[in-house]
Amino acid sequence: MLAVYKKELRGYLTSMIGYVFIAFVLAIVGVYFTAYNLTSAYPEFGVTLSAVSFVFLIITPVLTMRILAEEKKQRTDQLLFTAPVSVWKIVCGKYLGMVTILFIPMAIICTYPLIMGKYGTISYPMAYTAIFGFFLMGCGNIAVGLFLSSITESQIIAAVLTFAVLFICNVIQGIESFIAQTASASLISILIMAVILCLIIYRMTKDTLVTIIAGLVMAGTAIGLFLWKSSLFEGAIQKFMEIFNITGHFDGFVGGVLDMSGIVYMVSIILIFVFLTVQSIQKRRWS
Amino acid sequence: MIEVRNLVKKYGQQTAVDHLNFTVEQGKIYGFLGPNGAGKSTTMNMITGYIASTEGEVYINGHNILEEPEKAKKCIGYLPEIPPIYPEMTVWEYLSFAAELKKIPKGEREKAICNVISQTKMEDMNHRLIRNLSKGYKQRVGLAQALLGYPEIIILDEPTVGLDPKQIIEIRDLIKGLSKRHTVILSSHILSEVSAVCDYVLIIDHGKLVASDTPDNLSKLMLGSNSLELTVKGQEEDIRKALDLVEHIEDAVFHNSPIENAHEITIKTTGQEDIRENIFFALADGKCPILKMQSTNMSLEDVFLKLTDDKEEENVSSL
Repeated sequence: MLAVYKKELRGYLTSMIGYVFIAFVLAIVGVYFTAYNLTSAYPEFGVTLSAVSFVFLIITPVLTMRILAEEKKQRTDQLLFTAPVSVWKIVCGKYLGMVTILFIPMAIICTYPLIMGKYGTISYPMAYTAIFGFFLMGCGNIAVGLFLSSITESQIIAAVLTFAVLFICNVIQGIESFIAQTASASLISILIMAVILCLIIYRMTKDTLVTIIAGLVMAGTAIGLFLWKSSLFEGAIQKFMEIFNITGHFDGFVGGVLDMSGIVYMVSIILIFVFLTVQSIQKRRWS
Repeated sequence: MIEVRNLVKKYGQQTAVDHLNFTVEQGKIYGFLGPNGAGKSTTMNMITGYIASTEGEVYINGHNILEEPEKAKKCIGYLPEIPPIYPEMTVWEYLSFAAELKKIPKGEREKAICNVISQTKMEDMNHRLIRNLSKGYKQRVGLAQALLGYPEIIILDEPTVGLDPKQIIEIRDLIKGLSKRHTVILSSHILSEVSAVCDYVLIIDHGKLVASDTPDNLSKLMLGSNSLELTVKGQEEDIRKALDLVEHIEDAVFHNSPIENAHEITIKTTGQEDIRENIFFALADGKCPILKMQSTNMSLEDVFLKLTDDKEEENVSSL
């Protein structure tokens, strides 16, 4: 694991990508910091970070696109996966390498509240909680990018997919408001999702019978529950979509709250996507 | 050492490797021979645990490659078809990374790297970026990586591709030298290479093992027996009469010869005895002068072509 970690770290720091990443994060945060906190003398650093959370949309793909896609394309994954190291150790090494690169600008950002402190009274715990939340959110985004890089051989596709997924996660609150809060709207959305799920099942198993049974079970359960207690469905689709709202879970930290549910959410995102990455690599070896 | 049992790999409907069985013993060089797309690389990828098999098992030193991958992979050094090198690293950096990945203890790493570098003759290239190396040197970097730490089993997928003739000879000598302490499996579609280097040849075609034996035995086996080619002057009847007196002749086929009053004859012999002297005396008694006599041995090349061609014909007829 250490070998892969060191290799990734060196790879980022001897090429442009690492420095572009660090410089871009620092530049954007720096501009907002100057505008909000220095020029306007606004005492809450969390709000600044909340305003720049979009930076991850642009910068995560830059960091993650090559991480596994390039190995596959250049066939260097043959070295990694025939070495006496397990797949999850390789994936963890790569992931931690990227997190370390993210940590560098975050460490520099940690000095910003100190600068503010020189000119007035600010709450350090609030500011550092927000920075911690911001860092966690970045780690979550990187995990998503890591996974998307593992499913394709092309860096471009990995980058575009990562951007698209993170963008949707970012604007999902807006999409939620398009759908009515009523129970029947939720039921329809759930049925549409069931159909999509059935198509995925069919794509993977190529078995009509299994697909039909799965579809009937899903539709039956949804309709049955709806008939039994339709109040369950009120706003259900919004609750479901809220799961994908990564930026939304950062909001707690912005106010300076060490939000347990936010931490659990981000850590779950990281674990799930690292796990999925390992699975997608294993799957490729088996198919 | 390596045991391959009933190995099958299917890509969708396509069967790349079809129920392959063989065992590899210690201290020998094995050659994997087959036309392009025969399933050589796929088999090697399965032995090294890069891809999983659809059916069947691979045991490395008694460890199943899928169940105990780390123990099994530790015994193997692998050079894939395309050397797995990082262009943005220097040769030294790359080999250090590979050494760490292969869990060579920290104290021994530097020595191990120096050893493989001198063995692959890359002393001057240490601090060059791999990106800037020629194809032959890239291949050598890959080879150095496979040799790193001297694992018991070394698997090389077409190791001499892209090398110049001098380098090819060097690499062959290197591989021969390895067999003293290691088991080597190499794949190739270059026959001279296999017959020059290998102790044992496995010929595969369409994912199936069509033959496995030593190169010498294979040549003998394919011929069934030895055969002689003669050009003899005289009438066919006289020659036949004379040849009837010689033992161990299975069959004599007469062809027309460009030389007047002469015949070209292909004689198949049974058994291992050399009957050339007997034929000479018999024909001398029959007053039929021998113009030319030559014993023919099928080269590995002929064996290979025959085996792989037969397969194709069978396939065509089965369609």
